[in-house]
Amino acid sequence: MTDDSRVLEAKNLSVEIEVPAGILHAVTNVTLHVDKGETLGIVGESGCGKSITSLAIMNLLPSKATRTASKLQLEGKDLLSLSERELASLRGNSMGMIFQDPMTSLNPVYRIGEQLEEVYIQHGKGNRKEARERAAYLLDKVGIIAPRERLSQYPHQLSGGLRQRMMIAMTLMCEPSLVIADEPTTALDVTMQAQTLNLLSSLQDEFKMGLILITHDLGVVARMADRVLVMYAGKAVETGTSQQVFDHPTHPYTQGLIQCIPVPGKTSNDGRLGSIKGMVPALIGDLRGCMFRNRCAYVSEKCHASEIQFNQISPGRGYRCLLEANECADNLEGNLGTEIVQ
Amino acid sequence: MIKVNTDITAPIATSHPREEEIDEFEISVPSPPELMKRRAKKHVGFILGGTVVLLVLILAVFAPLIAPFDPYDQTLTNRLLPPIWHEKGSWSHPFGTDALGRDYFSRVIFGARISLMIGFFAAAVSAVVGSTLGMIGGYFGGKTDAVVMYLINVKLALPGLLVALSLVSVFGGSLIALICILAFLFWDRYAVVTRSVTQQIRTNDYITAAQAVGASRLRIIVGEVLPNLMNQIIVIASLEMAVAILVEAALSFLGLGIQPPTPSWGLLVSEGRSFMFFKPYLVTIPGLAIFMLVISINMMGDGIRDITAPEGRN
Amino acid sequence: MLNFVIHRIYVSILVAITVSVIGFSLLRISGDLAAELAGEDASTEEIAEVAKAYGLDRPFHVQYFDWAGKALSGDLGRSLFTNELVVELITDRIGVTFKLAIYSLILGLLLAVPLGVLASTRPNTWIDRMALGLAVFGQAIPNFWLALIMILFFGVTLRWLPISGSETEWHFVMPTLTLGLTVMPQFMRLTRTGMLDVLDSDFIRTARAKGLNPIRVLFKHALRNAILPVISLAAVVFGFLLGGSVIMESIFALNGVGFLAFESIQRQDFPVVQSIVVMLSFIYILLTFLSDVINAQLDPRIRLG
Repeated sequence: MTDDSRVLEAKNLSVEIEVPAGILHAVTNVTLHVDKGETLGIVGESGCGKSITSLAIMNLLPSKATRTASKLQLEGKDLLSLSERELASLRGNSMGMIFQDPMTSLNPVYRIGEQLEEVYIQHGKGNRKEARERAAYLLDKVGIIAPRERLSQYPHQLSGGLRQRMMIAMTLMCEPSLVIADEPTTALDVTMQAQTLNLLSSLQDEFKMGLILITHDLGVVARMADRVLVMYAGKAVETGTSQQVFDHPTHPYTQGLIQCIPVPGKTSNDGRLGSIKGMVPALIGDLRGCMFRNRCAYVSEKCHASEIQFNQISPGRGYRCLLEANECADNLEGNLGTEIVQ
Repeated sequence: MIKVNTDITAPIATSHPREEEIDEFEISVPSPPELMKRRAKKHVGFILGGTVVLLVLILAVFAPLIAPFDPYDQTLTNRLLPPIWHEKGSWSHPFGTDALGRDYFSRVIFGARISLMIGFFAAAVSAVVGSTLGMIGGYFGGKTDAVVMYLINVKLALPGLLVALSLVSVFGGSLIALICILAFLFWDRYAVVTRSVTQQIRTNDYITAAQAVGASRLRIIVGEVLPNLMNQIIVIASLEMAVAILVEAALSFLGLGIQPPTPSWGLLVSEGRSFMFFKPYLVTIPGLAIFMLVISINMMGDGIRDITAPEGRN
Repeated sequence: MLNFVIHRIYVSILVAITVSVIGFSLLRISGDLAAELAGEDASTEEIAEVAKAYGLDRPFHVQYFDWAGKALSGDLGRSLFTNELVVELITDRIGVTFKLAIYSLILGLLLAVPLGVLASTRPNTWIDRMALGLAVFGQAIPNFWLALIMILFFGVTLRWLPISGSETEWHFVMPTLTLGLTVMPQFMRLTRTGMLDVLDSDFIRTARAKGLNPIRVLFKHALRNAILPVISLAAVVFGFLLGGSVIMESIFALNGVGFLAFESIQRQDFPVVQSIVVMLSFIYILLTFLSDVINAQLDPRIRLG
């Protein structure tokens, strides 16, 4: 690798899943990278392929799914050429994952301590005693009071927020360089959401890991992410830094998403928030044209025909639409000005 | 004459440009019965099992026409004739004859009647009893449910086979008695399943809606709950029918079931047992008949389950 | 947990009492026991005498409480035919029945659990189909017939195994094989579906995301959760095996409780029958109670909840 700070690099990552009705193109040609200490936010509605993308990186896809990529490297190691055994030695060790639902993501019949310690021991980081020390240290880090007592408790004795902290601590046991958090706050109470996000970002500062934050919540991305990848129907539709994407959303889908966020002081009580009409299409079979065309306000004849190219505006900044970047921006102005924000 | 469009279900014209675009992405979803038909056609076990069950049913119904001899007709000069695959066998008695010179083929065919009748009616009676108890317990809850649970627990605690043997020894081995006794053995599984499903169904909005419009409890149970349970009841019934056939055969084998000279497959095995060492076909044929019928009913039952609820494994 | 245990005990006692009433009345409902005991050509006076001698002229509930009271103090009466003490008859034979039930249960579990786990890891492959096929086969085969076929094959043709009696361990091989195959399918199916459900769960994905050894994921994280219902079923099946060994005991001439019950039913020897029925019910009640407690112990959600 040329760049030491590059944690993850994926090029043209695609996932196809065999379903009774045919081949489901869950993820198509997604290219992304994460640097050390950096947060990449992946945004999109449910069914856009965000979670599948993360499972593909971890190689945890269901058996009916096939993964292809022209490049997939973790800290310079080529993940595509590794055996399942070698990949397992990286999972939980160099890359970890935090799942959406803390209520079901911990094994109900084992104590918290056991579940934290076993990662440490599995990856040969130390013996049971050292593992326990590490677990207690991390529970303290994630803000759990009386960590040693907590270690001997069972998951069902803890609240959702606490369990998610346990999950975070568990992911950090081996100090991975990459952490993927898949909707880490969706299942939590609103008060817990903010706390958990603050915790994640302070831990990231401390451990300098690369973080992929998957969410449907643009507010979360705006707060946490350095860079953003907007996904729609299994494809990247817009990329850029948080600033770029939020200040100048280019793809009509991104614009639609942003209009869904209430802005204090700007969105008045009687004003209506935006919403995107329609649903994500089924991604089965031979797909042609723009997948967003059935919901897009600026749809034209051309949108049906060919493959829509991903337009690179500058390094790391691009969008997938036939419209020119400035046309898009004008559209947004009009929209925001007249209809949505009054 | 002015024509007025009164069809309120007609689509309201819209100028929205995206309306037809949405259709482009929609996949046509077949209706549930259509889906079931498709799954049934692809389900090897269901087709195979169903065909065999149908064949046995035809044999049983038309037994007097199909069987070459009267199954009770003893011809002592023709005792223990070998079956057709034996070198001395002949087509006049394809399965040979038994120790009393009765045509074994005819006895096996008439045996299918006993097995099917007992299996079907035992499963049906226990289905009615068990499902009724289960639905009542599940729907009313509280004390009523506690009574149902208590009955189920009592039933489960009793050693079924011994109780059945005792009851046969008291009431005799008539067809009706056996059906009732076997029904007593099998009602609990219906009760357990229908009870828990009814509990779930009861919380659904359409039940609340039915209550709100003042439907009687009986009407809600029969009209709203039962139809939702039918698939499961049919699946359990098919599996219980198979077990009932096995248990009837076992009871008859032990001599506390169908009484001679009626040809029950279990009884045939028991009668053939004395000659087993030199005339093994007397045991193997009726045993295989039981096995074939039971495995076919099971395959059919598993098939019905897969076809009606493919997502619910077992 | 304590509330749970108390409730279970309360229900168990209620069920036990009911079962004892049913067991007591089983052979009495025919009504003419005294006539049967007195013999075929007994006069009305003789029958009345027999009824008096056995206490059969008393009201049903008086007879029940008399019997139950004595039973609680360990007196189950005497056999009407051999005049032996029922307690001795049973204790002499219960060992054989227990042995057969335990052997069969162990064989069934040893076959079923690994096969179920294996099938669940490879759903819809040939190994899964084979496991399910074996289950369908085991469920459909009449066990009395299978026993006879085994006698023909292993006993008569090959002369490997003894075909009747219970003197040596070899005598238990065929009955154990037969009953083991009979109970295997339910364990296999339960293990398989339980494992399929658990393997699909979020915490298994977590375990895999932790990079744990696949064997460890399968046995430590998945099986531990999937085995709980199998334990419950094992208790039920053990109860079934104790009562259901009648057929095997009569075919292989194993002198166990099942065969004793069978003989006694045939000759309406109700002190023996009712004792065995009630005893087996009590064993079943005790077993399911224990399995519930064990389950609660293994599942922290119940133990601490």
